[in-house]
Amino acid sequence: MDDLYRDYILEHYKRPRNFGELEPHDLQALEHNPLCGDELAVQIRVKDDRIEDLRFQGHGCAISQAAASIASEELKGKTLKEVGELGADWMIELLGIPVSATRRKCALLNLKVVRGAVTGDHAWPA
Amino acid sequence: MFKGSPSGALGGVRSDFPIFARRFGGSDSRPPRPLIYLDSASSSQKPRAVIDALAGHLAEHNANVHRGVYALAREADAAYEGARERVAAFVGAERETTIFTKNVTEAINLVAFAWGRANVGPGDAVLITQMEHHANLVPWQVLCRERGAELRYLEVDAGGELSLAQLDRELARGDVRLVAFAHVSNVLGTINPVAEMTARARAAGAVTVVDGAQAVPQMPVDVGQLGADFYGWTGHKALGPTGIGVLHGRREILERTEPFLTGGDMISSVDFRSATWSELPHKFEAGTPPIAEAVGLAAAVEYLEALGMERVRAHERELTAYMLERLREVPGLRVVGPPGAERRGGLASFTLEGIHPHDVAELCDRAGVCIRAGHHCAQPLMRCLGVSATARASVGVYNERSDVDALVDALVAGREVFGL
Repeated sequence: MDDLYRDYILEHYKRPRNFGELEPHDLQALEHNPLCGDELAVQIRVKDDRIEDLRFQGHGCAISQAAASIASEELKGKTLKEVGELGADWMIELLGIPVSATRRKCALLNLKVVRGAVTGDHAWPA
Repeated sequence: MFKGSPSGALGGVRSDFPIFARRFGGSDSRPPRPLIYLDSASSSQKPRAVIDALAGHLAEHNANVHRGVYALAREADAAYEGARERVAAFVGAERETTIFTKNVTEAINLVAFAWGRANVGPGDAVLITQMEHHANLVPWQVLCRERGAELRYLEVDAGGELSLAQLDRELARGDVRLVAFAHVSNVLGTINPVAEMTARARAAGAVTVVDGAQAVPQMPVDVGQLGADFYGWTGHKALGPTGIGVLHGRREILERTEPFLTGGDMISSVDFRSATWSELPHKFEAGTPPIAEAVGLAAAVEYLEALGMERVRAHERELTAYMLERLREVPGLRVVGPPGAERRGGLASFTLEGIHPHDVAELCDRAGVCIRAGHHCAQPLMRCLGVSATARASVGVYNERSDVDALVDALVAGREVFGL
């Protein structure tokens, strides 16, 4: 079996969860992966200071799409404060595959865009 | 063409390149792999002759240039200026109008800052093409924004080509001060009709800047015949070291252009209030230049001359034709750019349905095949092509048909990993 392209990664890549448009939404943001020019946007609906629902839009490699799909399930229900505190380790662990230095930004793009929407901080997650 | 047969034009060259003796990876279950390098459009590998020339210079002739009166400094001078002579002759240029820079990006910035700021103003236009590398695009965006000029683009058609008719129409508007374009596109591989384009621009009174980064390493180039006012290229793609680029300029223009960078080595005299400039080409080389790198680059062009640039082009054309043919075997694969190898440099950019280019490159890496994936520093062109990225395989003098076979095998295996 492939280390990186595991069945569940490819499954999320081919059928990503929570992709599309979300209307109405309260927050949104768009980020780029400078390595390849891929774009990922997010729309978020907030209720009682928590992420009630969210949708991603965009295209990218298997790693970035699967990461967004997997993260989308986990992000629902988190408070905005909790989201602002999420770091790179959270995402990498959640993804569960060895991510090389060159693919790290692919894995973290979704967290970058979500944090950008929630906190206005557009830095790469550390 | 037969699968796996060696390329006829340049056999046995690979052993001149020490890096191909390296083996990569390897584990209990898998033997270490050789290097299958299909990323020469990004940076070429170096022959032993270049490595030895660099090391030999540093070991035996190292001193600063243009200043010392001692014997070693004279040797360094002779090495550096001798390198300039060889590099200039390689592309049919003159020594005095051949300027060493850090890379082709700096060469183009030199023109944009030194010539552009003094000669482009409000109401003027700069004309470039949709296929430019960011290095031949962003400097003109910055110049036009600063000077209130308009930046216009020649379109790329579905076959990856520019239109001379559109060039004529743009030039006929009468406001074009400068035309800048790639000799060979780093994404599409398109070989542009440089001489026709520079002749038209010149007739319209526009200065031309040609980015030759992808052309000089793989085909005969004579900058005089091409007729560009400025022609830039870079050492590391042409079997030479990193850290050195080359700009050839038209003498009359260089003579009346103020320096780009200022400081040491480019002055004639300095007092506390002002300075005067050295003669060409030193006026455009501020500070200690890339001396050892120039020596290394001279060794690279000598090596290429010994192979013969006609043979190098024949080799890369043949290998590219083979690559285009074999890539057609991969289901869902689409190559962008000119259809055949005749009007194409030694590269193929492609997309593979169902697998993102990043994953294509990662899957190739599993098989030891090095290819590029991304926007290739040409994001506006990617948007024209309707993609965010492509994978790109590019060949050099050391590649053989077996490398292309390994690429195709890796792509086929990669599709299986993705369940396609």
